Amino acid sequence: MGLLSLAIWTPIAFGVVLLALGRDEQAGVVRWLALVGAVVSFLVTLPLYSGFRIDTAAMQFVEKGMWIERFNVNYHLGVDGISLWFVLLTAFINVVVVIAGWEAITRRVNQYMAAFLILSGLMIGVFSALDGMLFYVFFEATLIPMYLIIGIWGGPNKIYAAFKFFLYTLLGSLLMLVALVFLYTKSGGSFDLMTWHKLPLSATAQTLLFFSFFAAFAVKVPMWPVHTWLPDVHVEAPTGGSAVLAAIMLKLGAYGFLRFSMPIAPDASREWAWLMIALSLIAVVYVGLVAMVQKDMKKLVAYSSVAHMGFVTLGFFIFNSIGVSGGLVQMIAHGFVSGAMFLCIGVLYDRVHSREIASYGGVVNTMPKFTAFALLFAMANCGLPGTAGFVGEWMVILGAVKYNFWIGFAAATALIFGAAYTLWMFKRVYLGPVTNDHVRELTDINAREFLMLALLAVAVLYMGIYPKPFTDVMDVSVNEFLKHVALSKLN
Amino acid sequence: MIDKLSWIAVYPEIVLLFMACLILLVDLFVRNPRRTSTYVLTLLTLGLVALLNGLYAVGGQTIYAFGNMVVSDAMGNWLKSFAAIAVMVALVYGRPYAADRDMLRGGELFTLSMLAYLGMSVMISGNNFLVIYLGLELLTLSSYALVALRRDHAAATEAAMKYFVLGAMASGFLLYGLSMIYGATGSLDINTVFKAVASGQIKHQVLVFGLVFVVAGLAFKLGVVPFHMWVPDVYHGAPTAVTLLVASAPKLAAFAMVIRLLVEGLLPLAFDWQQMLGVLAVASLLVGNLAAIAQTNLKRMLAFSTIAQMGFVLLGLLAGVVNGNVLSAPNAYSSAMFYVVTYVLTTLATFGVIMLLAREGFESEEITDFAGLNQRSPLYAGVMAICMFSLAGIPPLVGFYAKLAVLQALVAAGDMAHIALAVFAVMMSLIGAFYYLRVVKVMYFDSPITAATVTAPMDVRAVLSINGAMVLILGIVPGGLMALCADAIVQMLKT
Repeated sequence: MGLLSLAIWTPIAFGVVLLALGRDEQAGVVRWLALVGAVVSFLVTLPLYSGFRIDTAAMQFVEKGMWIERFNVNYHLGVDGISLWFVLLTAFINVVVVIAGWEAITRRVNQYMAAFLILSGLMIGVFSALDGMLFYVFFEATLIPMYLIIGIWGGPNKIYAAFKFFLYTLLGSLLMLVALVFLYTKSGGSFDLMTWHKLPLSATAQTLLFFSFFAAFAVKVPMWPVHTWLPDVHVEAPTGGSAVLAAIMLKLGAYGFLRFSMPIAPDASREWAWLMIALSLIAVVYVGLVAMVQKDMKKLVAYSSVAHMGFVTLGFFIFNSIGVSGGLVQMIAHGFVSGAMFLCIGVLYDRVHSREIASYGGVVNTMPKFTAFALLFAMANCGLPGTAGFVGEWMVILGAVKYNFWIGFAAATALIFGAAYTLWMFKRVYLGPVTNDHVRELTDINAREFLMLALLAVAVLYMGIYPKPFTDVMDVSVNEFLKHVALSKLN
Repeated sequence: MIDKLSWIAVYPEIVLLFMACLILLVDLFVRNPRRTSTYVLTLLTLGLVALLNGLYAVGGQTIYAFGNMVVSDAMGNWLKSFAAIAVMVALVYGRPYAADRDMLRGGELFTLSMLAYLGMSVMISGNNFLVIYLGLELLTLSSYALVALRRDHAAATEAAMKYFVLGAMASGFLLYGLSMIYGATGSLDINTVFKAVASGQIKHQVLVFGLVFVVAGLAFKLGVVPFHMWVPDVYHGAPTAVTLLVASAPKLAAFAMVIRLLVEGLLPLAFDWQQMLGVLAVASLLVGNLAAIAQTNLKRMLAFSTIAQMGFVLLGLLAGVVNGNVLSAPNAYSSAMFYVVTYVLTTLATFGVIMLLAREGFESEEITDFAGLNQRSPLYAGVMAICMFSLAGIPPLVGFYAKLAVLQALVAAGDMAHIALAVFAVMMSLIGAFYYLRVVKVMYFDSPITAATVTAPMDVRAVLSINGAMVLILGIVPGGLMALCADAIVQMLKT
């Protein structure tokens, strides 16, 4: 069994064991087993990084075997500089999420933990699949655990949110399914991604494919105007669900653009880049403004996620190396930061059971340690230099300015909005005098919460201060990718 | 002159008929209220028949027997084998349910099921219009009686009447159409009819006139719009054990009948019947999916969902011949076969769970009866959820590959009309996802109304777990079954 298979199936195997054996009477054992599973799953991804060669753009750790002979579907895995970090990020966030759900979840603990473990395995599968059908199977299968997570452990309006999440994203991916089948036919019976990358296609075919993929990935990212499911879902999802959704699931969409839309339909991608840039800028600027007026903390962070993901897609579609790398770095950074933001909200929610900004005020007086963490993550969310949030945004803006000054300018204004809504929320929730009894009775974070936030804080700072390990891995692959999408595939 | 080979070809049917008669006699002496000995004997017989058919299918020989009256080929033998297993599983799930409802006073449930299976078997292996028709009648007559088995139950009796009247009319349609074709071609033998039609010397109008009636009759048996009216009422009204018998294995036989009549007999008319099937498929997908949303009764919802699923099967069938080219036929028909087989597998588990939750005097057929099932029994809730996700076509469950295969066949046809159908089908399965998800929602997100634990006899428990696991396992490794269907269809088309 290869390393990638191990990374995918270890968490899934632990999840299945939890489903089969776990009972609420032994919740303690279940939690520890889940933690062991998550940690082991994370550890098995580490050799991927240490054994990764940064001087080649070729796929590494490749595994290939026949899976469905009739359709020539292969169990084909591999990572390159673009996908490697997401495998590690997914496994890492999974550990944090298991820790986060330790006390908050008391009902059906085994199913909760199993859902997250299985989900993490499936998402690693998405990032490492090199076969169109295998990718699709993993991509869609993630909907099932997430649907259950939202629906079982979510807030008061959870059913609406669960259905909206499932059907909205399913609609997008079904159109992609038709596109995949179309490509299979066009390529003479192959689901191999590398074959598709080289397949010449007419302009019409490329445009149709581009928009079919757009339907799937833009919904997942989510790009304006198909972002409306995200705030609803975030508000209702349990803390862990929100964290995974923001930190990893949104990245599946952005990753799809890089793996499918752009290399398979490069001409259409260039032709429609103006549209993608326009939608990204709207997300960055307009959704940033929308975030500012939110009263609900989770909604605010959800809108801020849409804005940040706008940076990512903007970076991709300006077709230069610093933009694409910036987009990727931004994805990883956003994975840490948005996950952390949602976990912070979770910490408060567990104590006060409210997400309204207005129910808080002066938290710093009762929870100083926690506020220090929250401040760090808030700063990272506005892109303060020295934190993870800065690197990606700065690179994307740099790339955008290279591409067109005014686009870069528009994107840069978003930094101001980002600072505005994040800091304003921070001020209202944490600073000032204690406003009510709930806040007065707050207790500071315990060792478990400290550990969970510290893990993320280290990642955020490390990435902000020394982003070289992240960009080094990407460089060769990104340049190769840009070379590929610069070539016309028209026949 | 009947040669030895002929007897070999129908050996499974002979075993079955003999055993059915024997079990009918043995049952007279059974005093056990749960009919254990009848039950065990029936299962053994069906198991033996499934095994025999399976062996024949693996052998892969095609034998025409009794002067071309019947054919034993890989496709037929696999379908017969699967159908026998489906009847077995349906009886395992249905016995406790039937026992609680006073349906086991005699052994009719078992013997009628066996006779129904004999009908399916004859239908599947028929190579002659009349043989197929006789098989069909044996199946449907047994089904009418099965539906009416709870004779003191008003809804069941009403369902049986409805089924009988509409079914008889459909049989009439079919027979009328067949007689038209017989009149035009001068033969009832499928191979001869094929040659006659392919020669192009027969008046097209007469053939198409007959074809319309044949397709209408088939559409009724498959339960597709606009010949679907009986499906919801029969599914709903019949005792659930019988609903399952009607909903599972006969679909396999109906599929075989469609293949025998339309493909083996009337393939040169493909252009005409594909258009008809196209209309039926689109209407079924639309009506089935939209009507299913409005249902509160689970059995009714599944009935409408079946209509939509059968629409999908038809989509597979109509991608076989493109512009007179039969190159994509194996691909298209095997996708439809895979679809039917996996559909039956999933349906079995679904109704298995429904019957499991039913108790004496409680039918458990409203969707709300499933509220909080996850808290009462995570295992059965899991099985049901797997089935629902599979029917909705979400990977990695087997239903997804069925839909994928059909979509692939449509897109491979290459022209705009087929691709448009594929997009339409995809949109419809999105609607489908909604009502299947609703069942999952009720089981997982709602609170249970009763805290009663779910108990089941060992055999039901084991079979249901395996059945649910199969839906998942075939989803993870679907290759084998797909290859099996493809081989069977390729062989069928060769002859």
